[in-house]
Amino acid sequence: MTDVLFYIFAALALASAFLVVANPFSRNPVTSAMFLVLTIVSLAGLFVLLHAYFLAAIQILVYAGAVMVLFLFVIMLLDLKEEEKQRLRHTALLAGLVAVGGLAFIVLQTVWLASPGQGAQPLLEGETPVLGRALFNAQGNSPGFLLPFELVGLLLLVAMIGAMVLSKKEVK
Amino acid sequence: MSVGLEHYLTVSVLLFGLGLLGVILRRSLILMYMSLELMLNAANLALVAFSRYNNHVDGQVMVFFIITVAAAEVAVGLALLVALYRRAQTTHADDLTSMKL
Repeated sequence: MTDVLFYIFAALALASAFLVVANPFSRNPVTSAMFLVLTIVSLAGLFVLLHAYFLAAIQILVYAGAVMVLFLFVIMLLDLKEEEKQRLRHTALLAGLVAVGGLAFIVLQTVWLASPGQGAQPLLEGETPVLGRALFNAQGNSPGFLLPFELVGLLLLVAMIGAMVLSKKEVK
Repeated sequence: MSVGLEHYLTVSVLLFGLGLLGVILRRSLILMYMSLELMLNAANLALVAFSRYNNHVDGQVMVFFIITVAAAEVAVGLALLVALYRRAQTTHADDLTSMKL
């Protein structure tokens, strides 16, 4: 059952990711954003299959909720027109395919030759208390992730102020 | 064949490749941003899979931080896009040839 669900979610994620990048039916940015939501939701499904329940919830809340609302808001605010069918830029297509093909070939070959999952039983339950303990508790000599956690909070504040300053009417 | 770490990593690599292809091929800045999100999500999937199969929770903590930083990055990036659109009336990378607006 879990295996079947994995294949369903993986196929859904990859298919909708392809439709984000190159949709043969519509070049409207809103369609791409909608397929990005589908990709994110199927990735949350994969997170659940990996027993990372908290991260699946965060994925839905932050990505499918906040980030995608921001994307849609900006697309509609700027009133982006459908991109006209532009001629295929052969050099860019060639460069992209070579880069992606080479990268995928090297990494996949490495992964399947090393077979890191062979014999390793999945053990970890990524439930919220485990993650919380890892975030806030000092482990041995290291202070855990308390300082990075606080810094991320500061980063979010700075990003919020920066976004407000940038989108003021006149920057100068 | 039971689903193992390799399967998750394969999905992650393919997703990352699609994101990379999007950044190289598409010329609309907002589409390039979405492809960037795809690449970040691919990295997240790999980290969670490693975390589960190596029995170590640090990978999931990293994903937590990546999601937070990505949210901040999207907020600032989209604000930049709005400011850029006000000046240049376009979000097309080919039309933005001058650094001086």
